[in-house]
Amino acid sequence: MDSFYLSLLVFSPLLGIVLLAFMPKANENGLKMLGVLGTVPAVILALMAYFSYLGGKSLESFAEQVNWIQFGSFGALDPNLFTVKYELGIDGFALLMIVLTSVLALLAAIASFHIKKEWKGYFMLFLLLEIGMLGVFTAQNLILFFIFFEVTLIPMFFLIGKWGYFDKEKAAYSFLIYNGLGSAVLLIVIMVLFAKTGTTNIEALKVLVNSPEQVLTPISESLKMGLFIALLIAFGVKLPIFPLHSWMLRVHVEAPPSIVMLHSGILLKIGAFGLIRFGMGIFPEQFQQLAVLIAVLGVVNLLYGAFLALIQTDFKMVLAYSSISHMGIVLIGLGAYNEAGVQGAIFQVVSHGLISALLFFLVSVLYERVQTTHLKNLGGLAKGMPIVSGFLLAGAMASLGLPGMSGFVSEFMAFLGLFKEMPILAAVGALGIILTAVYLLRAVLAITYGKSNREYAGIRDLRSYEWAPVLVLIGLIILIGVYPAVLSQPLETLVLGIGG
Amino acid sequence: MDLEKLLSFDWGLMAPEFIILIATVLLTLLDLFLPKKVNRRILGWIAFASVLVAIAALGGLLGEQVGSILHDTFRLDSFAKAFKLLLLVGSALVLLLAIDYQPKEGLNEYRGEFYYLFLTGLLGTMIMSSSGDLITLFVGLELLSISSYILAGLRKKNLKSNESAMKYVINGSISTAITLFGMSYLYGITGSTNLKAMAGTLTTLNDPQYIYLLGLSFFMIFVGLSFKLASVPFHMWAPDVYEGAPTPVTAFLSVVSKIAGFVILIRVMVSIYSAIPMEDGTTPMLFGLQDFIGFLAAVTMIVGNLVALRQRNIKRLFAYSSIAHAGYLLVAFTAMSYVMFDSIWFYMLAYVFMNLGAFAIIQLVTTKVGSEDIAHFAGLYRRAPILAVTMAVFILSLAGIPGTAGFIGKLNIFLGALMVSPSHYVLASIMIATSVISYFYYFGIMTQMFFRPRAEEGKLKVPAATTAVLIICAAATILFGVMPQLAFDFLQSNFNQFLDFMG
Repeated sequence: MDSFYLSLLVFSPLLGIVLLAFMPKANENGLKMLGVLGTVPAVILALMAYFSYLGGKSLESFAEQVNWIQFGSFGALDPNLFTVKYELGIDGFALLMIVLTSVLALLAAIASFHIKKEWKGYFMLFLLLEIGMLGVFTAQNLILFFIFFEVTLIPMFFLIGKWGYFDKEKAAYSFLIYNGLGSAVLLIVIMVLFAKTGTTNIEALKVLVNSPEQVLTPISESLKMGLFIALLIAFGVKLPIFPLHSWMLRVHVEAPPSIVMLHSGILLKIGAFGLIRFGMGIFPEQFQQLAVLIAVLGVVNLLYGAFLALIQTDFKMVLAYSSISHMGIVLIGLGAYNEAGVQGAIFQVVSHGLISALLFFLVSVLYERVQTTHLKNLGGLAKGMPIVSGFLLAGAMASLGLPGMSGFVSEFMAFLGLFKEMPILAAVGALGIILTAVYLLRAVLAITYGKSNREYAGIRDLRSYEWAPVLVLIGLIILIGVYPAVLSQPLETLVLGIGG
Repeated sequence: MDLEKLLSFDWGLMAPEFIILIATVLLTLLDLFLPKKVNRRILGWIAFASVLVAIAALGGLLGEQVGSILHDTFRLDSFAKAFKLLLLVGSALVLLLAIDYQPKEGLNEYRGEFYYLFLTGLLGTMIMSSSGDLITLFVGLELLSISSYILAGLRKKNLKSNESAMKYVINGSISTAITLFGMSYLYGITGSTNLKAMAGTLTTLNDPQYIYLLGLSFFMIFVGLSFKLASVPFHMWAPDVYEGAPTPVTAFLSVVSKIAGFVILIRVMVSIYSAIPMEDGTTPMLFGLQDFIGFLAAVTMIVGNLVALRQRNIKRLFAYSSIAHAGYLLVAFTAMSYVMFDSIWFYMLAYVFMNLGAFAIIQLVTTKVGSEDIAHFAGLYRRAPILAVTMAVFILSLAGIPGTAGFIGKLNIFLGALMVSPSHYVLASIMIATSVISYFYYFGIMTQMFFRPRAEEGKLKVPAATTAVLIICAAATILFGVMPQLAFDFLQSNFNQFLDFMG
């Protein structure tokens, strides 16, 4: 039983999908309930894993593997050669991401109550997306990682294209093609590594790639650098890194907010996860050589996102650029390439996941009531919906890094790391933090207290079911803010010794 | 040759071919003598049954040692067995589609012919895959070609069908002539038509003057055969012929005929040109020409995938898509890695199921309305949700998305291309990039099916035989995507890495 714990966790949403298949199409409430319940087993299993880890259980004991595909006929030489196993496992980072994914999926499912049509298809795809996301973080070899990575692609295409807003199909296509190209580049890297070393197991690759004498066909230094740059591009599309970001803006604006919660909260983080896990893990030397470039890209992302967020007129666009800006902080932390920096980057991944989920949940609430997210049309909502406005402000505070909330810890650590290595760059980047405060307060204050060209009389404040996600998210944000050990403890072994 | 000698041959090796041959003769006679009012669809079922019996017979032969009869003109080695299996399975599925094919006009009188011409075509492909001699090889090729020419034009009152047959005949004869011309050089140099004998003579050839002649013959044969593969440079016929031919015939051409093309290509090229030493005396000629094949593969992938973007007619779209898939298969052929046979075989296995499944749905949706515009797929999800989801499975597999057989097939081809040294980075990159381009048109069909309001009213009735095709194809596409090891194990245990190909 114990040995298939992770499989159970990853594929638990499948149960929901199967049950949904038998539910009649018109039964709106039943479908919604089932959709939410479908995400619950994963939450329970993920939390159980987390607490049993805190209770002293080692993460290695979660590992599982089964032989899956054997390419060619090298079995006689070495049974592991060109074999792809079905192998799952977790480290501290993956554990955090799994907890984050399962919790956000549950909350996003609740936010999906605002979806207006075809709940059956929606929730089936939603749960499929969750399987993909959980799988990405637990996969122990590159092929499996790639498969789960692609599994997130297809449901997202449909979820954006069918349930999104006005320009949804274009957004769905640009999502598909950008990410398709990104994963194509990733696939080339994976297959080159596979062909040269005969394995895709991440732990094995970490050793093999850096010890040329053990490899089937030696990998030259220049090829390694090429592969690392390809990896940077592949995950740069996902993250997104500055020139590769345009698809992500469209998705943020056109996709239904419940999906953006997951998109911005989890899917973008796969880019960071991949860079840390594979970039840093398999190509540590190349990573170090390009660390400055990564830090510069991070600062560019941070400032570019912040400046453009300043002039947006649509609240969703503000948040989209804010996501770009915040992903810059992840890159800054990674570019620092020391313990504090990497830890800060990982903190930022989790923290931004929670914060953007909170903000987009509130967008979902707002849109459901007023059918607009344009700053011009919003204003003075503090009067009609004081609670929503209050939480919006709280979310903005967390996002701009108010001490006591999760955003502060992660930004502080990322910059701490960078100041150690490249103080000038860090000083430039710090400007971005100030800009963050400016654009967020500008947007949020306009919504809550500003003047509006519309009247919102008798607007409904937070409904009972909408309380749960907001409270959970705020609670987690503050918990991480005041007691960061919930995150740092699982990461201890991971970041130890980075940067030497 | 007296009777005793004749009987001494091990005719058992040809059992599958005999079964198909007998069934063809039987169907011809039945069609002739059965009264007019008897529905000819019964002939389709007989044809289908005969293919099943042939599969069973082939299954019985799987364990046999490699053998050859008729002075080594007919070889039954693992290669022949493995690919014959694909040809038979593909034809069985095509026949099921043909049984349910009910176009608006133009097929009623010729229904009988419709079925047994598939069988003669199939017989041709089987002989091709087993032949050890250029003569039998060519006879098989012609049997397939002539059957398909007639099949393409079978809707005699239909203008498009006529156009299709005409173009097919003309292009086909030119390409055949080119192939034959290329083969004549081989015969001229070696004085034999037997593949093994030719390879033997060529190994000891040490006059460098012949290398150029042989190179010329290589290109002629390759170009001529590219007609059957529908790959560049002989791909232009595909869209027009696919569009005009009856849908089951299109399915046959895009699957069975294409597989046969690859079978003959591998048989001739690998048997003969890997035996010829290049000027440096060590590398075989086939490896020396890799770059040229690679170039053609790249152009095929690019042309197929780019032109497909502009198609509105679903059959033309699938014509270009099938050109692109020929390109992917050529990548595997170019690389000549250890896994070449495995990867080509597996990709074709996947291709049989995903492509025929897609054609089953195309036939369902387009035959009734009499037009093949992609707009008829609009709102298919509303009209028939299960059909739409099934089609989505086939399309995802064609696009190479994980979880489907198509993905594993592509993975295997990549691996082959990168495993050899020097690795074919450019070719592999082109293959991946064009696969992403293919998302555009494959997902265009998805957009129609899932996002658009429904175009046609009325329920879609799915006849029994087509249902069977859909279930088999969808199940196989997913099964081989999730558990490909089943197919790999089958290959390992029955064909032993195709070691007897050269022996």
